Amino acid sequence: MLEAFENGADGVMVIGCLEGDCHYLSGNIRARARVARVAAILESIRIGGERIRMFNLSAGEGAKFAAYVNEFVGQVRELGPSPVNVVRKNAA
Amino acid sequence: MITGTPKPIEEILEMIDPYERIVVAGCYGCVTVCRVGGEKEVQVLASTLRLARETAGKKITIKEVCLERQCDPEYIEQMRPYIHDYQAVLSIACGAGIQFLAEKYTATPSLPGINTGFLGVTERQGEWAERCQGCGDCVLHLTGGICPVTRCAKSLFHGPCGGSVQGHCEVGKDTPCGWQLIIDRLKSLDQMDNYVKLKPYKGWNTSRDGGPRRIVREDMI
Repeated sequence: MLEAFENGADGVMVIGCLEGDCHYLSGNIRARARVARVAAILESIRIGGERIRMFNLSAGEGAKFAAYVNEFVGQVRELGPSPVNVVRKNAA
Repeated sequence: MITGTPKPIEEILEMIDPYERIVVAGCYGCVTVCRVGGEKEVQVLASTLRLARETAGKKITIKEVCLERQCDPEYIEQMRPYIHDYQAVLSIACGAGIQFLAEKYTATPSLPGINTGFLGVTERQGEWAERCQGCGDCVLHLTGGICPVTRCAKSLFHGPCGGSVQGHCEVGKDTPCGWQLIIDRLKSLDQMDNYVKLKPYKGWNTSRDGGPRRIVREDMI
């Protein structure tokens, strides 16, 4: 997740199966906890915890997936580029 | 295992502030099991530090390594070919590993990336609890396999104190009274005779009271 930010992402969506419906039983619940940890890390280094979010979807929810993506992309656009990308742009 | 917790990232950033090239060194031993200093944690910490430093306009080069154990010389030796190319080592092994690095590579500062905790067990995923204080004179055969030194907040040896209320210790309602645990266990094992045995004063000289300890096994040298 952090690598995505190092590679220039302004925001990262993590998408898991619906809670209670994970092939790995608690895999998506644990993923949510890991995402929360990364959000706290991003907050602590002033990149912003709101730039990463966990979503839960089933494979049959295409329309919902598109809606979530649009929502998150809108949110990230409002936030603007990640501070690390701002530094990189200014240095270029 | 030896447990630990990550240091706050602000503290680590302050520690590494003077450096532009560092090694982040993990350990595949205890700290991997308690999810604080293994290969994955090396990756997370290195990534975090690179992002933080670049955002602050002070890029940093990080070599990511994870040694089999940082408490054994042969594995620490594996860092020798490249250690001098870096200004410091940020170790996320336990305090023993960090100090051993410092002893072996005297020209390179060793920095602690975690706070070392206690000798404990995994009670469930993500939760660890203390079980041993390494006192050097084990009495578990007399106490139903429950350590009075560790599980009793006062390390008492002859039963619970007045602060034991309904099985809980006075230090906190989430802390079971160690002696209540011992008595319950001895009863279930039908070993209550152990409880009334007079025990001689414990010689704390085998514990920390005797200063830093050393074990020499002539048969292993």
